[in-house]
Amino acid sequence: MKRLLGALFLVGLICSNGLAADPIVIGAYLSMTGNVASYGQMGWDGISIAKKMRPEVLGRPVEVRLVDTKSDKVESANAVSRLIEKDKVVAIIGEMISGNTLAGADYAERKKIPMVSPTATNPLVTQNKKYIFRVCFIDTDQGKIAAKLARDLFKAKTAAIIMDISQDYSVALASFFKREFTKAGGKVIAETKFKSGDRDFTPQMGTIKGAKPDVIYAPIYYTECALAAKQAREMGITAPILAGDGVQAPELLELGGDAVEGIIFTTHFHKDMVTSEIGKKFLKVFKQEFGKEPDAFTANAADAYFLLMDAISRAGSADPQNIRDAIANTKEFEGVTGKIVMQPNGNPLKAMVVNKVKNGKFVHVTTVNP
Amino acid sequence: MVTRDRILTFLALCVLASFLWYAERSMGDYSVRILNNIAIFIMLAVSYNLINGVAGQFSLGPNAFLAIGAYTSALLSLSPEEKINTFIIEPLIWPLSVISVSFPVSLIAAGLVSAFFALIIAVPVFRTRGDYLAIVTLGFGEVVQVFANNLVSVTNGPLGLKSLTPYTNLTWSWGLCLLTIFCIVRLVNSSYGRAMKAVREDETAAEAMGINAFRTKTLAFVVSAFFQGIGGGLLAHLITTISPSLFTFMFTFNLLSMIVVGGLGSTTGAVLGAIIITWGGELLRFFEEPISFLGYSYKGIPGMRMVIFSTLLIIVMIFARKGLMGRNEFTWKGLFNLFQRRFGRPPQ
Amino acid sequence: MDYSFLIQQIVFGLTLGCLYGLIAIGYTMVYGVLRLINFAHGDLLMVAAYLVFFGMAIYNLSWPIAFIGAILLTSFMGILIDRGAYRPLRKSPRISALITAIGVSFLLENLGLVIIGGRPKTFPTPPLFEGAQNLAGIQIPNLSIWVFVMTGGLLAAVFLVVNRTKIGMAMRAVSRDMDTVRLMGVDVNRVISFTFALGSALAAAGGIMWCMKYPAIEPFMGVIPGLKAFVAAVLGGIGSITGAALGGILLGLSEVVIVAVWPEWSGYRDATAFTILIFILLTRPTGIMGEELPG
Repeated sequence: MKRLLGALFLVGLICSNGLAADPIVIGAYLSMTGNVASYGQMGWDGISIAKKMRPEVLGRPVEVRLVDTKSDKVESANAVSRLIEKDKVVAIIGEMISGNTLAGADYAERKKIPMVSPTATNPLVTQNKKYIFRVCFIDTDQGKIAAKLARDLFKAKTAAIIMDISQDYSVALASFFKREFTKAGGKVIAETKFKSGDRDFTPQMGTIKGAKPDVIYAPIYYTECALAAKQAREMGITAPILAGDGVQAPELLELGGDAVEGIIFTTHFHKDMVTSEIGKKFLKVFKQEFGKEPDAFTANAADAYFLLMDAISRAGSADPQNIRDAIANTKEFEGVTGKIVMQPNGNPLKAMVVNKVKNGKFVHVTTVNP
Repeated sequence: MVTRDRILTFLALCVLASFLWYAERSMGDYSVRILNNIAIFIMLAVSYNLINGVAGQFSLGPNAFLAIGAYTSALLSLSPEEKINTFIIEPLIWPLSVISVSFPVSLIAAGLVSAFFALIIAVPVFRTRGDYLAIVTLGFGEVVQVFANNLVSVTNGPLGLKSLTPYTNLTWSWGLCLLTIFCIVRLVNSSYGRAMKAVREDETAAEAMGINAFRTKTLAFVVSAFFQGIGGGLLAHLITTISPSLFTFMFTFNLLSMIVVGGLGSTTGAVLGAIIITWGGELLRFFEEPISFLGYSYKGIPGMRMVIFSTLLIIVMIFARKGLMGRNEFTWKGLFNLFQRRFGRPPQ
Repeated sequence: MDYSFLIQQIVFGLTLGCLYGLIAIGYTMVYGVLRLINFAHGDLLMVAAYLVFFGMAIYNLSWPIAFIGAILLTSFMGILIDRGAYRPLRKSPRISALITAIGVSFLLENLGLVIIGGRPKTFPTPPLFEGAQNLAGIQIPNLSIWVFVMTGGLLAAVFLVVNRTKIGMAMRAVSRDMDTVRLMGVDVNRVISFTFALGSALAAAGGIMWCMKYPAIEPFMGVIPGLKAFVAAVLGGIGSITGAALGGILLGLSEVVIVAVWPEWSGYRDATAFTILIFILLTRPTGIMGEELPG
């Protein structure tokens, strides 16, 4: 009896392997550990739900191979080369932050494998590249809107900037803000720096306190933003804080507590702005699976996945070159985060959302359309 | 017998060369990448073994020389336009901003610059011994990392250097690797090598015999740094992007594991250790990634690989302190003896 | 120069220094008896922090119980590390123990990563330790006051134990000459275990207070404070408990004040510790309070 069962099991094994259609393998390189682990994990959550909602395309199941980049550039480059060389993926989703995407994009471009980044906002990521795309806005726009917010909302004449010099995102966004703020008549009176992983901001806060700015611009990531805000308030700095899309993670609220109340930031998504069918369905399935609401990083990662599926079905094939062409020709794609129309430079035209931290939650303030 | 050994070594090299040639043609990019990695790490392990194992000076700072070598090589091989594109916070200082040399020249420069730094710090470093030497070299490694992060006009700070041309291929990596092994083996078997071993065993007695301990230690340190610098340059042009976060104490820990597992003091051991840990590391990656198997998905545990490595190192230290080879080196005779003992006498 | 800012920074430096000192004492005690640099010591900080986090967030313990429980468990962990990894190497060359210590450190860090995951957790600081007092226009954080009090108290306790109890005497004897102490019939292993327990408890206390200042708990959070505490121990004279405390305070002060006076150098902050270390090892390797290094 046991032998019969064993034989049946073996047959089942063989059959299930044989009957299963040849899967389409796409890669995902995300920061599951390290300084921006929240983004990678949120991104993976988004991709998982999106995959659950759409597990096949062209009659073939989709397989997503995940490699952890450990929030590090060099690991990102390694991850992309492994996905392409070992797993032979036909397309890649990732990374969540600009610095790591810049490191990984080189190789994908060289090997002509299309890459879609959910949330890398630095313009250089897609510049002069044919195979790299994104589903979010870019930092030149983000800096512009931030400068506008500083002038209109906060009526600020002077600003202090605190930036993370180990992140391409932070450095570039800070410089775009400075340019736009100065053009709009403001003056940047202090620029302080730190690097990812720093936890003590006393010297920076000391400088800012002395400068007495009307607003503090912090285009940095959530852990550092929370701790910096806390230390700022402890030192008696009362200036309002304006931030970018790098702070939208639950850790900001947990670590920052009262200190982050009132922070206003530009970002990609808030669940209140969802209008599309697929978006509403995504919200439902996500809440069912995880018991909480999705945010920017989850939603954008899901959109990257949906966009890829859409492109593959339009292309009618799983060949990387055809997928790439289909992505480039995206005209009418409705995603979770809104409509995506791909422009020739690899960037879509997308709305920007302004959120605020109120009563320990992220609330939607307004949406700025392109 | 010596002639027999020479012929055998030559044959082995031919086999290796043809294997590599075959690998380049038909084994796929991923395998080639692993082979390149193995070659570079063999080079690093063998040179690290020279200072730690042969000379007995426990240095915890090879990541510093690696970093110096990698940055030197990268800064010299990038073209001026690429430099302008990369240095977005502060422009690169002159004359580095205009120099651009060929890959081999940049490698030699990398080795020389690393060796130069080693020479400078040898004076203060070798005034300490034992644990303190370890900590001072560790400190040096950390200081180099901090400087790499802060000298933005030289290294581009934490943003690092990217878009390096991938010059490193199997010819370069294995060629230089074999050259390193050859040089180090010759050094170890020379009177300098014997002096190093004497200093390792008992520094005072060695001095009493007329050996200048300081010069011996410095020689080992400088030679070690030279090859580590070249290794750094090769690594930079393999990964094509470097940043200070690459050259941490964890890198040193990796190298340390390699020479300990192989046998502290044995060059062959360093080679074996490097192969085992580099290849094993790749194999173990599958613990860290999610895989689906017949509908069951295994979520993947990031960090598991390092847990296994650390445990491995602790187990080796407690139960097999001498590592694989102990202090012995590979000889053809030894290999035959090993086979004879395992499989009995071959039929006559 | 803004005086209130300078005084605030000095207070901050002293706080940091006390924390470094607490951790440094553990290093110095273990080095004294075993001549081993216990690389894993800094990671005990992380262990204590996670234990408190779990105690309070998951088991809903009140903070005094969670804190004391964490300190006790961390001491136990220290003993475990000694028993498991260092005791088998008592008779081996010191380098082996050093390498093993590095291995244990990495093991703890990566186990933390595997078990807890990469996203930082927030340390649940009890409200008693938040906020600040306003003394003549200068904000003195309540936490700093607590740190001074606790450090003073713990130092006094350690002194009492080391100088006035039998086991303390045994510890001092073992650090002079382990073999003779064995000949005298003392169970050296027990003394060493006790040393680890005491040092780990101090590290745990220091770690808890560290987390109240920097509430992000991550697997690798103990690396840099651990290294700096070691520098402090060497600065003060390795083997001397007073030296460790003194070294810690000096290191904390110099780190903060240098950066406060020259903010452009803030990037080099981590290097100050090591530069001081290298300088000390070259000029006065026995440190401030140290005795002659035994061979």
